[in-house]
Amino acid sequence: MQQFVNTTLSGLAQGMVFAAFALALVLIWRSTRIVNFAQGSMAMATTFVALALIQAGWNYWAAFAAALVSGFVLGAVVERVVIRRVEGGPELNAVIVTLGLFVAIQAAVAIIAGSAFQSFPAPFGLRGFTIGENTIALTPNRVFVIVAVLVTMGLLVALFRFTRVGLAMRAAAFGQEVARLLGVRVGRMLTLGWALAAVVGSLAGILIAGGSFVYPAYMDSLIVFGFVAAVLGGLDSPIGAVVGGLLLGLALSYVSAYFGGSSVVNLAALVILVVVLLVKPGGLFASTAARRA
Amino acid sequence: MADTAVAGEPGTTRTSGATLEVRNLITSYGPVRAIDGVSLTAAPGRITAVLGANGAGKTSLLRTVSGLVRCVSGSVLLDGQDVTKASVESMVTRGMAHVPEGRGVIAELTVDENLRVGALFRGKVGRDEFDRVYDLFPRLVERRDNPAHTLSGGERQMLVIGRALLARPRILLLDEPSLGLAPRIVAQIFGLLRQLVDAEGLSVLLVEQNARSALSVADVGIVLNLGRVVATDDAKTLMADEDLRHAYLGF
Repeated sequence: MQQFVNTTLSGLAQGMVFAAFALALVLIWRSTRIVNFAQGSMAMATTFVALALIQAGWNYWAAFAAALVSGFVLGAVVERVVIRRVEGGPELNAVIVTLGLFVAIQAAVAIIAGSAFQSFPAPFGLRGFTIGENTIALTPNRVFVIVAVLVTMGLLVALFRFTRVGLAMRAAAFGQEVARLLGVRVGRMLTLGWALAAVVGSLAGILIAGGSFVYPAYMDSLIVFGFVAAVLGGLDSPIGAVVGGLLLGLALSYVSAYFGGSSVVNLAALVILVVVLLVKPGGLFASTAARRA
Repeated sequence: MADTAVAGEPGTTRTSGATLEVRNLITSYGPVRAIDGVSLTAAPGRITAVLGANGAGKTSLLRTVSGLVRCVSGSVLLDGQDVTKASVESMVTRGMAHVPEGRGVIAELTVDENLRVGALFRGKVGRDEFDRVYDLFPRLVERRDNPAHTLSGGERQMLVIGRALLARPRILLLDEPSLGLAPRIVAQIFGLLRQLVDAEGLSVLLVEQNARSALSVADVGIVLNLGRVVATDDAKTLMADEDLRHAYLGF
């Protein structure tokens, strides 16, 4: 029982990070119909910004904020400078470009910061809470991860549902031409969409790094999991991304605990991906019917 | 007159003169000329119907006027101001609303959200203006929180016209509003359009393949064939011209 509770708790915490990463992918897919393979690299780069600042003596929270801000800037710059040129073109162009960015950013960070493992601090304790004489797998830092992702999602939902900018962003994402005819600055909204997505991606990167090691390739596995979570949720649905992330986190946690340990976790993620694509190709929360109308 | 034309309150009578003037417009898609030297004017308080068969260049004309497609040469003037090179996004702030073909609703947004997008560029817009649109189209009231993809064709057309009106345009470009609608709904929508034009001095440039219905509501008709104007006249005169009707309008 205790093992089950612990497995579930760590699965939820993991899943939250997957969810954040998947959410970043979904934000971009929804607005530009591009799968941003460079998301992981971008998040890694901004986490390195935070690391450099922390090593320079900055307070964790200041560095945390700086990472998110640099994520915002990086996302906007990437969209304006690179993605704008392939938007609306053949899909393959965008795939190649984001894959190219993925490699280029990773290489650039490796050149600047080196590829050694460096430890990244966690803002809160890494020892589990104790209930009676049992220590559970929920650590203060994991609580922080869960809360941080939930707050971010709440803010995003509020932005999209209740603000004028959010409405303009949704209009630009769902009906580019109509939105332009209605006076919405679609280009600006797409840039903003990429910038926000990069902030959420950066959040995922910095959260997963907390209390662990960072190196230029440390996000690679998260990219796979985040992508699986996004596809699980249907790529088009922010709620789907969150649910997909949590489901995947739990599934992988159970696999790791009960079916053969951490070595089969990656395999399990890919099996889940294949099964979802076979059984429900649109994802669990697909809204393709709405889109076709 | 051009420079002094101020965006008056709807309902006030304006000095005569064109709201929209198109001069010698040429638009090409690669080697194909879709619009081949079209000139026309659309006056306030009038419905100007652009008619012609499939491929005559009607939609291309509207898309060039609103800037979605760039012309090769010629010019578009809005209240005397040259807007040929103005951005699409700025047209609506200049007083032009374009309702594209295929009932450009944003399917994923609710009816109310669609309307709100139409008013976004104006900043704060009072609830009473939205209520006016709902008064105009009572069928939208009960659908207001439903996603637009659940609407019927007629309801979508009402939504996009209502949304365009929220922009308070001086000229409204309508692309095939009757497409796929039952004749009863078409008559209803055209009737309403007539009322708006008469009451508020709006100028409407109406593109239609359904020439009979369009001429019955329009003041002026312009017949296009292969990107050129082959006739411009009073709607009544065009209606009476049997040869022209048989040759270009198919009825």
